[in-house]
Amino acid sequence: MNHRHAIVLAFAAALAIAGCAAMQAGPSDAEARAKAAELMKASFKERGQAKLDRLTQDETQAACSQYAGKELPKDVAAKIEQANLAAIKYPGNGQYLGDWKRGEQIAQRGTGFQYSDDPAQPSGANCYACHQLTKQEISYGTIGPSLYNFGKLRGYGDDIKKYAWGKVWNAEAFSACTNMPRFGHAGILTEAQVQDVVALLMDPASPVNQ
Amino acid sequence: MVGTIRAALAAAAIACAVPLALAQSAADEIEKYRQALQDGNPAELWEARGEEMWKKPAGPKSASLERCDLGKGPGVVKGAYAEMPRYFADADRVMDLESRLVWCRVTLQGMSEADAKRNPFGSPERKSDIEALVAYVTGQSRGVKMNVSLEHPKMREAYAVGEKIFFFRGGPHDFACATCHGEDGKRIRLQDLPNLTSKAGAQKGYSTWPAYRVSQGELRTFQWRLNDCFRQQRFPELDFTSPASVALTTFLAYNANGAAFDAPAIKR
Repeated sequence: MNHRHAIVLAFAAALAIAGCAAMQAGPSDAEARAKAAELMKASFKERGQAKLDRLTQDETQAACSQYAGKELPKDVAAKIEQANLAAIKYPGNGQYLGDWKRGEQIAQRGTGFQYSDDPAQPSGANCYACHQLTKQEISYGTIGPSLYNFGKLRGYGDDIKKYAWGKVWNAEAFSACTNMPRFGHAGILTEAQVQDVVALLMDPASPVNQ
Repeated sequence: MVGTIRAALAAAAIACAVPLALAQSAADEIEKYRQALQDGNPAELWEARGEEMWKKPAGPKSASLERCDLGKGPGVVKGAYAEMPRYFADADRVMDLESRLVWCRVTLQGMSEADAKRNPFGSPERKSDIEALVAYVTGQSRGVKMNVSLEHPKMREAYAVGEKIFFFRGGPHDFACATCHGEDGKRIRLQDLPNLTSKAGAQKGYSTWPAYRVSQGELRTFQWRLNDCFRQQRFPELDFTSPASVALTTFLAYNANGAAFDAPAIKR
């Protein structure tokens, strides 16, 4: 075997090894993401109010999906928070607080926007699915932090009311890729409903603050 | 008989769930309730009906499913589910159990694909043949270690794509599977959520499906589990045996490798 053949053989062997390694590893991250988007479009059918456009991601959803399970780069996080902060709408009448009793009902209600739900009914926020809020309700989840004594601990000032409003309206403005839905931004709750939920958190008379 | 069992279970659920002062003690009581459920699982009724269906000639070709190849050779049921999803050369694709059952009903029994997929999730008035068949086949892997292989490139692709689907955020609520199943020690209301991104969580979560759901009085398959999770994610409806459902199942099943399969189970 001459020198040239040896080089060609070595090169071929290297290619084969690289090829095997690539096969062993499966598709690249970007390939898998593209294939997943394609498969999902082919695997769901619209039902009731849940149309296929729900599979089209906005920039926040796409970025959070891409970096899920990995560390979110600081610049990506900042971009997400800035864009969502700029999109927050504050109450037209200047009132952050509605009725905490209605807010409690909204916090308890888990329906809304599922294909099995009646779109004519107001949707809930299902706060208790993830948060402790009051002493009375022991059936609460732990995906989010406890919000018991939310206003009592932070004070009842306008700056805290504004922050609570923003957090309920669009949590991505404060914590990029949070698990919390953007209740106002996505149109899950109406402006009046957000006022009621903020009252549940911030009204001194609310059971949250007892 | 099932009615009586359900009534007793429902009474036990109420007795356990109502008067507790603290969430932790409530969680402890719920765990006791789950333990109590393990005696006398109505899933056995689905397993028995499924075995009968498996062995009985049916469809235009009047053939039984006893020659159905679940991956370990025609007719081998024992341990087959613990190695699924898997790549099937005859279909040239990755299939989960439900997809393979549809395949066998079409190829062996001569059913149309639409007939083979009909009524995948049953109700008390309209029992599902598929749920019974799945109960029988999965019951034949009880105690067998989960051993899904990614040797075939299409399995590796299904796994990688399934992982992306698991983390895919969408819909009005920005929910992904990972929203509820991405961290240890979380619950929704009082329901514990397995962290399916961890080995232990995937093993515990995956190896206990299918399950008899006390609240529904039906045995539910893993296809049902995914379908109903996506409903709650506010996504459109996941198609039965769709490619995305099989990819996601591949991701979860492989992560559960090493677990002793322990289903059909019983859940609240």
